[in-house]
Amino acid sequence: MPVSLYDETRIGELLRRLPPAPEGWVRAAQELPLARLGFDDLVRRAEEDTEFRRRLIADLEAALREEGVEPDPALVEALRYRLQP
Amino acid sequence: MARFRVEGECALIPEVMSFEPSDAALVARCRAGDHAAWNELVERFSRYVYAISVQVFRLPHHDAEDIFQEVFARAYQQLDKLRDDEAIRPWLGQLTRRLCIDRLRAAAREAPVEDLEPAGTDDTLAELDEAFAVHEALRSVPEHCREVLDRFFCRDESYATIGAALDLPAGTIASRISRCLARLRDLLEGKKTAASAV
Repeated sequence: MPVSLYDETRIGELLRRLPPAPEGWVRAAQELPLARLGFDDLVRRAEEDTEFRRRLIADLEAALREEGVEPDPALVEALRYRLQP
Repeated sequence: MARFRVEGECALIPEVMSFEPSDAALVARCRAGDHAAWNELVERFSRYVYAISVQVFRLPHHDAEDIFQEVFARAYQQLDKLRDDEAIRPWLGQLTRRLCIDRLRAAAREAPVEDLEPAGTDDTLAELDEAFAVHEALRSVPEHCREVLDRFFCRDESYATIGAALDLPAGTIASRISRCLARLRDLLEGKKTAASAV
């Protein structure tokens, strides 16, 4: 095993090579599996239908059940994030 | 005791102890439909995928974003086809590389170029692999070290910005960066420092 593969300068250089990806890109990729739960349709409706948006914000889980959608925790969390003002 | 990776340029980098799930464990949980695991997988590899499209292939922002989403969409769809769960990183790297070349090829039909892959592609990819291994080692240092090193080096924040965020004097930030870097170096060299205070 080499005695010193890295000095602090080299470690710093390597850390700099991996800046974070834009937050919105990461979020969108994390939401990919939610498509099968109707996430995109729900977001679109919330953007177009003020009353639906109001119901979602008031009680997300109940509003989803009224729509016949099972309030999967991941879906609820993602919707809650999207509905933030 | 540190173990050693067995692939490419990273072969001499110790695989440090970490309390977080291995890549294989994460992939298995994703395959079982664990959404939290998928969130973590995207988080873990997002910088690597982003860096390949932007630093290696120098794609414009909007193209890089398309590639980024396509890589993770395909990864999600094709996780069942992955033969070695521990090989998720090289698999994502190859997928990103292939999609970037496809994108450049499509653009070249309109404005032909001599070579689709920029000069030094393999060297830059090897550098990113090494950077990824170092970044992975960050997961094994205490949270206060991880945060200060990530903010300073990866996010390019100043001492003042970090100090304001963490409610610490700027001078403390400088010394903490220095100590945490030394700790990370020791970890990469396989020296046991995890239990000692910084």
